[in-house]
Amino acid sequence: MNISFSPLGDQAIVIELGNEINEQTEQQIRKVAALLESRQPEWMTEFVPAFVTVSVFYDPCLALYDKVKIELERLLAHLGEDIPAESRTVEIPVCYGGKFGPDLEFVAQHNKLTPREVIDIHTAGNYSVHMIGFAPGFPFIGGMSEKIAAPRRDSPRIRIPERTVGIAGMQTGVYPIETPGGWQLIGKTPLRLFRPENDPPTLLQAGDKVIFKEISEDDYHAWEEDPDAENP
Amino acid sequence: MLKILKSGLQTTVQDLGRTGFQKYGVIASGAMDPYAHRLANLLVGNNEQAAALEITLAGPVIEFTEDVLIALCGGDLSPQLDGEAVGTWRTLAVAKGSTLTFGEPRIGARCYLAIAGGIDVPAVMGSRSTYLRARIGGFQGRALEKGDELPIGDATQQQKALQQHGENDFDWQLAPARYFEEPVIRMMPGRQFNLFDEDSKKRIFSEAYTVSANSDRMGYRLEGSGLALKTPAELISEAVAFGSVQVPADGNPIVLLADRQTTGGYPKIGQVASVDLPLISQLKQGQQLRFKEISVADAQQRWIEQEQSIHRIKAAIQLKWEEWT
Repeated sequence: MNISFSPLGDQAIVIELGNEINEQTEQQIRKVAALLESRQPEWMTEFVPAFVTVSVFYDPCLALYDKVKIELERLLAHLGEDIPAESRTVEIPVCYGGKFGPDLEFVAQHNKLTPREVIDIHTAGNYSVHMIGFAPGFPFIGGMSEKIAAPRRDSPRIRIPERTVGIAGMQTGVYPIETPGGWQLIGKTPLRLFRPENDPPTLLQAGDKVIFKEISEDDYHAWEEDPDAENP
Repeated sequence: MLKILKSGLQTTVQDLGRTGFQKYGVIASGAMDPYAHRLANLLVGNNEQAAALEITLAGPVIEFTEDVLIALCGGDLSPQLDGEAVGTWRTLAVAKGSTLTFGEPRIGARCYLAIAGGIDVPAVMGSRSTYLRARIGGFQGRALEKGDELPIGDATQQQKALQQHGENDFDWQLAPARYFEEPVIRMMPGRQFNLFDEDSKKRIFSEAYTVSANSDRMGYRLEGSGLALKTPAELISEAVAFGSVQVPADGNPIVLLADRQTTGGYPKIGQVASVDLPLISQLKQGQQLRFKEISVADAQQRWIEQEQSIHRIKAAIQLKWEEWT
């Protein structure tokens, strides 16, 4: 495997593990993240895994770029020996359409489907979380069927309510906090994705498998009473 | 307690930011001018990570409901104590009942008010910095408003002893950081520097860029001659850092600052040297800046020199304190 390093300024280094998003690169990213998590080099301040890179932030007073690079190379030499980390599966209940999913109709029409068919396809997918970014706990989820792909909105909404489920291109995701955004909104989950009082502070983490499960509006409201519960 | 009588443009509680949570999409936040923030804390005998107030352009009106030690570092926003102009980059003893106001911003855009004991708000994910969008940290997760009352942390014995001194007893001032009308910002070529066309690669290091109105704690949007890639490229999102200079499709660079998102998908033409970040953070809308190339090794050397200098300043402050108590 080809690993390359390059600086991200004077306090970070980027480890590049591939140049396209695929299963193998994703596995490598998971392994690098697990390795950094367990070894915690003293000069490391934090690391941020993404689709094909892991960026490592460090204190240049403890190690300069060349030293960090050499130590990471040494560390990553052990990469192949590790057994891939077992991934968790997290079920996300979603109440589709209606006031929670104002763009469900659009996604259906765009793909010449009925809203029912969009829901069936969305809940049937095998999803995994590629990366957390954009907002706290916002998962970039891959694995959605192209049958329900839909373009971003021409002009982003100023305010998208927290916990809304959306589609943009081939990706699906959930907005953990209220933000502006351009995704097509198809439903809402009663589960809280961002939990600042917990460690880790997010429901989902990179590498997790995700299942979307349809729930009724009544179930939604019952569940919302306890948004941290795995089951209502 | 600090009582906010008027909010000012944007006053927030900040420390040096939230570390270790960017992998969960939680932004770093923290002081826009970490150098001024750290020195303000050192001048009042705090740990440099203590929470202070970041005051932006039009300052607030603050009443102190107890005797306190304070320091104001960063931009000169014409601070006054009970109507009298007051010095910055120095330790000040303030009597209970005094009121701090601000006037015209003269140099810089942000001033840090540190107070002995620190602003005592609860830490969220290890930091007291305000994360406005997620409404967490700082004071109730938001900018300060009229009527807010901020608790002050416990002072040490030495801090308490110094609080008894008169306002003008500390006849000693640090050399203020130098902020410039048209700064030259040292920048390393970014991760995607070579994706830009030859012309853009030259212009970024030769032309002046203007800070646009659309600039805030998240980032400064710059206006200048547009920058372009050799061929359009769809990039895969990756981590960004304090000072990453991204170029979206419109060709105008954006310098990412304290409240930047954790990841981004625009090509990065550069990365500002960490020592020069305060120079950008202190710019106001309409001001100009230029970029000058620096290597990673040089930028790291400058950083280490600055850390050594802060270390010496800290030792000098401690000597002064011993003299005063």
